[in-house]
Amino acid sequence: MKSVRTHFSPVQRVLHWAMAALLFVMLFIGVVMVFTVSHLHSVLLVIHRPLGIALLLLVVIRFIVRLAHGSPPLPNDLPTLQHVAAKLTQVAMYVMMAAMPLIGWSMLSAGGYPVVLFGAVHLLPIAPRDPVLFSSLRTLHTWLAFALFATVLLHLAAALFHGLIRRDGVLSSMTGWASRRG
Amino acid sequence: MKRPTSTPPGICVPCRLGAIFTVVAAIAGGFAYAAGWFSPTRLSAPRIIDAFQANAGVHPGYRRNHAKGVCVEGYFDSNGNAAALSVADVFVRGRRTAVTGRFAIPGSNPSAPDTSVPIRSMALAFMLQDGEQWRTAMNSTPVFAVRTPAQFYEQLVAARPDPATGKPNPAKLQAFYKANPDTRPFQAWVKAHPPASGFANGAYYSINAFRFTDSADHTRSVRWAMVPEAPYAPFDARASSGSDFLASDLMRQLEAGNLRWHLIVTIAASGDKTDDATQLWPDDRQHIDAGTLVLERETPQSDGACRDINFDPTVLPNGISPSDDPLLAARSAAYAVSYKRRTREEAFHPETATATAHHDSNPS
Repeated sequence: MKSVRTHFSPVQRVLHWAMAALLFVMLFIGVVMVFTVSHLHSVLLVIHRPLGIALLLLVVIRFIVRLAHGSPPLPNDLPTLQHVAAKLTQVAMYVMMAAMPLIGWSMLSAGGYPVVLFGAVHLLPIAPRDPVLFSSLRTLHTWLAFALFATVLLHLAAALFHGLIRRDGVLSSMTGWASRRG
Repeated sequence: MKRPTSTPPGICVPCRLGAIFTVVAAIAGGFAYAAGWFSPTRLSAPRIIDAFQANAGVHPGYRRNHAKGVCVEGYFDSNGNAAALSVADVFVRGRRTAVTGRFAIPGSNPSAPDTSVPIRSMALAFMLQDGEQWRTAMNSTPVFAVRTPAQFYEQLVAARPDPATGKPNPAKLQAFYKANPDTRPFQAWVKAHPPASGFANGAYYSINAFRFTDSADHTRSVRWAMVPEAPYAPFDARASSGSDFLASDLMRQLEAGNLRWHLIVTIAASGDKTDDATQLWPDDRQHIDAGTLVLERETPQSDGACRDINFDPTVLPNGISPSDDPLLAARSAAYAVSYKRRTREEAFHPETATATAHHDSNPS
C-alpha cells in the first residue's frame, strides 16, 4: 500500500526554517533602525539591504522548489474554513516576502539612493527618481512589514494549534519530527 | 499507526492554548518594544525631528533643518593626491565626478533671513561613475556644538521659543551651555570667526571624522574641508542687501564664472579623537589637497536637482566609511525621518510645497 506523504522535503524544511529565522531578524532590524539614533542604526542599515536581497533570492528559490516538490496534504478532517485560511496565509506570505525586498529596492531607487550591498557592490535602480513615488513606497514598506509580521504570527499560532491542540501532524510535516498520521 | 510522540496528554487543553497565546504575545510584545512603542520618551530619530517641528512649526515639503537653501551643480576634478589614502573612485588621478550640491543656512524656517544664524552649510552628492555616491553635509564651522545625539536633542529643547516672546529663553540656553562644557569650543570658534560675506568665499568642514581605506586595506581616520579659492571677507551687515542675499549673491557670482574650492583632507595622528566632533585636531596634522570642486550653476531648490536628495553623510562609496562618532548614525537616522516626512508632504500637498518653495526662492 502506498503511504500518504507526511512531510515537506528536506530542502523545503531547510528553506522554511532558514527564511523564518532571517525574516524575524529582518523585521526586528527594520523597526529598530528607523527608531534608534545610536550606532546601531548604521550597523543595521548595512545589514538590512543585503539581507533583504538574500531573502528575495531565497523566496524565489523556495517558490520554485515548492512547485517542483508540492506539499503534504492537510488533514482530511480539517474544517473547510481552516483549510482555506491555511492556503490564503501561505499565498499572502509568499506575495509579501517577494514584495518587501522589491519595494525596498524600488523605494531607494525612487529616492535617488545608491542601493549598496557591500563594498563597491550595488544594484542598479529599478524605479524612476521621483520623491512622490519614494514616499508611497516608503509608506507601503512600513505597512507591509507590519502586515507580514502579523501574518507570520498568525501562521505561527496556527502551526502551534495544529501541533499542541489538534495533534494532526501538520506541525511535524515542517519540523521533520515523526508524524502521528502515517 | 504510531503513538503520539509530542505533548504529554496530561497537560490540559486550556493550558496548551495559554502556552500558544503566551508565545505569540511575547514575540509581538518584543517587536513592539523594539519598535519603541512602549518608550515614547526614549531618544529616537522621530523625536529629534519632532523637536525641530515643535520649535519652528511644520513647513510642508521642506527639510526639517537647513530648510532654506539653493541647489548648485558642478563637478569634482581629482588630482590623485588622495588615491593613496582611499580606493574611492572619486580620487583616481584625473577623474572628473559630477556633483549636485546645496548651500543652506541652519534652521527649520525656509523664509528666515540669511542673517538669522552665523553658520552656513554646503552639502554635496558626488555621483561616481559606477553608480556609487558620496554624500557629505558640511558646516562653515570646523567643530560641532555638541558631542552626542542626546546633547543635540537637549539643545533643541533648550532653544524652544518661549510662547510669550516667540524667542528662545536665554536663561534656558545658558543653563544648557553651563551644564554641557562640550559646547565651549564651538562657542569660542563662532565668536572668533565671523561668517564669510557669502556662500562663495566660505570654507566648509566635514563636522565628523571618517575613515579612508587604501588598496592595502589600511585605514586612516580623516576629516575634510572644502576651502574656497575666493578670498575670505567677513560678513558686513551694512554691505549686504535683503534677507536672501546669500542666494542672490551666489547667483550673480556664478553668472560671472565658475567657483572653485579645494578638497583638503586632514589625516588624524594616533590619539586624535574621532568620536568627538566638538574638538579640533591640532593644526600640524598632515593636510592633502585632493582636488578641485568646480561649481557652475545655481538653481532654486523648488525644482533643483538637490531638492530630492537626502544629504545623509553616511552614504559613502567603497574606500570611505563612517568613524565611531556617535553623531553620524544619529544624523543618518534623523535625516531619513525628515526626508520621509517632506516627501510625504509633497505627495499629499504638492501645491503647498511648491507655492512656499517659489515664495522662498524669490529674493524679495
